[in-house]
Amino acid sequence: MTSATNSSIDGQQCPRHEDLVEDRLVLWYFVAALTFMTISMLAGILMGLQLLRHNPLPAIEVLSPGRWRMVHTNAIAYGFLANAFLGIMHWVIPRLTLRPVLSNPLSYLIFFAWQAVVLATAVGILFGQAQGVEWGETPVWIDPFALLGLLLVAINFGAPIINAPGPLYVTLWYYLAALVWTFLTYAMGNLLPEYFVCGSSAGAVGGLFIHDLVGLFVTPLGWGMMYYFVPILLKRPMWSHGLSLVGFWGLAFFYPLQGIHHFLYTPIPMFLQYGAVLSTIALEFVVLTVIVNFVGTLYGTGDLVLRNLPLRYFYTGILFYFLTCLQCALQVTLTFQALIHFTDWVVGHAHMVMFGVFSLWQLGVMTYLVPRILKTEWYNPKWCEWHYWASSGGLLVMASDLILGGLFQGWSWAALQPWDASIHLSIPFWSVRLVAGLVMFAAQILFVVNFYLTWRKSTRSFSVTVPATGAAPAFGQ
Amino acid sequence: MFERKSGILLIAGLGFFAFAFLSNAVVPMLMYRHLPEKTAEQLVNGNLRYQFEDLAQRFPQAFEKVYGVPPADPEQAAKWYDEHLAKALRLGRTVYTAEGCWHCHSQFVRPVSNEDRRWGPVAKSWEYQNELQRPVMFGTRRVGPDLSREGGRRSNDWHAVHFFDPETLSKDSPMPRYPWLFEGRPDKPNDRGLALLTYVQWLGSWHETYPYYEDYVVTPIKTAPAAEVAAE
Ligand code: HEC
Ligand code: HEM
Repeated sequence: MTSATNSSIDGQQCPRHEDLVEDRLVLWYFVAALTFMTISMLAGILMGLQLLRHNPLPAIEVLSPGRWRMVHTNAIAYGFLANAFLGIMHWVIPRLTLRPVLSNPLSYLIFFAWQAVVLATAVGILFGQAQGVEWGETPVWIDPFALLGLLLVAINFGAPIINAPGPLYVTLWYYLAALVWTFLTYAMGNLLPEYFVCGSSAGAVGGLFIHDLVGLFVTPLGWGMMYYFVPILLKRPMWSHGLSLVGFWGLAFFYPLQGIHHFLYTPIPMFLQYGAVLSTIALEFVVLTVIVNFVGTLYGTGDLVLRNLPLRYFYTGILFYFLTCLQCALQVTLTFQALIHFTDWVVGHAHMVMFGVFSLWQLGVMTYLVPRILKTEWYNPKWCEWHYWASSGGLLVMASDLILGGLFQGWSWAALQPWDASIHLSIPFWSVRLVAGLVMFAAQILFVVNFYLTWRKSTRSFSVTVPATGAAPAFGQ
Repeated sequence: MFERKSGILLIAGLGFFAFAFLSNAVVPMLMYRHLPEKTAEQLVNGNLRYQFEDLAQRFPQAFEKVYGVPPADPEQAAKWYDEHLAKALRLGRTVYTAEGCWHCHSQFVRPVSNEDRRWGPVAKSWEYQNELQRPVMFGTRRVGPDLSREGGRRSNDWHAVHFFDPETLSKDSPMPRYPWLFEGRPDKPNDRGLALLTYVQWLGSWHETYPYYEDYVVTPIKTAPAAEVAAE
């Protein structure tokens, strides 16, 4: 539809990868992401130990488990997930639009600014400046900086997308919308309940914020990434473009409507709670279309999932996505809420979606991209396999354990047993969770070591022939 | 439209977000606009004053160190207590947020799962229309019990020892220790410690009813203002 004003893109000559993608920055983002993942997991382990009354650390202020729990969730959201997404977007967006990002120095500025924001958040929380919004504990004085950072991100990535001739490919729908949504969500959640509204209305905004952060920041960036990498790895187009359309527009409409389902049975008006429940159930059908689309794309080449590691990550994530959404359709009903709200069921759900889906996808993309960027095979591809099995296996155990434990906690409370009873019955579940967490942690450490050794190998063998990007050997199918 | 930049930016990016915001956030704001936000000063009530003066009697040294000595004139003393109480509530709420208490304790009683029998009256909107619930401390996880009806349920001594080292009072409690709210001993809470004790005693102090398993004796000062109950 657009006129051919962008002559450099028209015709046969295609810009070279080196002119589009700042490879080094992608790697840096991965390093930052994995660093925060390590910190976050250590924090999770600390909280897990505290619950079992085996906290090894002395009782001093900055080591308080309550504070580290907030570091746990914030380091994952803003340190791991956001960093990994930014790195991956630096790869995907220029290659899809055939245009580099707006400005390379700006990209580097954003990189450092974002690390500063995440570090300041963690330090602020540890020194007792947490803000009272779940997932928005970022101390209030950091909020303006974070917002400025998100704005710069939107401009830097928005430029190539806006300049590309439309209509856009699916991935870019998700990315473009997410750039707007993330900024709006962050502004809404961090500013409104802090300065403008209190009580139940603040609860409604807080619910919207928790949910939009997952639904309008993490989910669209995640699915956008899948719509890019899955067809490339399978070397075939998505099964149905119509379903892609249904998936995007269904998500865009229904996702933001569900915030209040985090606060069911609160004093928030009941008809709003029913609305959130209904739109949550509606979204399950949308999610199903997306999953059908991806399974349809795979149809006939299923064995690739067994042989190709990144693809296996992707489809494992898709499987977990299906499971979490199924779980969500159950837990959102008021009948189920009465039992499972406030229990470990929800914590199991949170780990399944955050780690089982989005982190696995990102780790899969890292497994795929790192050898391409470093232009050498993984130092030890076997370790990559171990990383996969320990991560997804550990997660599976952790999530099912917590989900089951949550049921027992709920029953114990409803039966009006003394509070200790619910603590005592949780001990076995909390122990299993800790073991599963340690396995997941070990897997990430192995991955980090593998990454480091691969990087070292690549700098040593730099003079050796360099295969063209796109054709690197590892896991290329 | 569905694959165009303008459609995605304007309809999905801005339009749907705005629609959700209007329906899910602006609607409750409008519905509760007849309940103005109370300040910490307005939250002071008889039950709470009783607890605050109780702190002054139980921890005289600590109390004096943090707040000084009340004026001799009873009327001025009353004003003095109320002022410090409001400040303590604000600081207490800050400590509650900073320590992440709200990730282990909820602050609302649901109408299901026998919660009203365990903790007392089901949560109502007017209870949350105040400065200390901005942002609201509903919470999403209960490792420990709900705290919205905690006021008056335990003595200040109990809470002080419990914050200092929960396991002394609750066997096998997974709740962390908070010795930095004290000066080395549970009977010497510092400013944050006293503030947190006040804050915990505030929770539910606006209700005449208290939990079923500990008898509530009407405070010698005065009962909760009738207006608060009427507002329900
Ligand atoms: C790791 C989760 C956790 C954190 C963090 C936590 N608590 Fe607790 N809390 C518990 C558990 C479990 C109990 C029940 C066992 C007990 O009485 O110690 C409890 C009990 C309590 C009680 C007694 C309730 C009653 O009447 O039986 C109060 C009051 C309390 N906590 C306040 C706080 C405050 C204030 C903070 C923050 C400074 C806090 N808690 C942080 C887990 C936690
Ligand atoms: C080493 C592995 C991990 C351990 C031991 C661990 C442990 C914990 C613990 C103990 C909690 C607090 C639960 C509670 O309040 O009862 C928690 C919460 C949470 N964790 Fe983890 N975690 C780990 C890894 C992760 C990862 C990798 C992610 C995300 C990718 C994650 C996301 C979350 C989230 C979102 C919550 C908040 C849950 C809620 O409030 O509902 N965790 N974790």
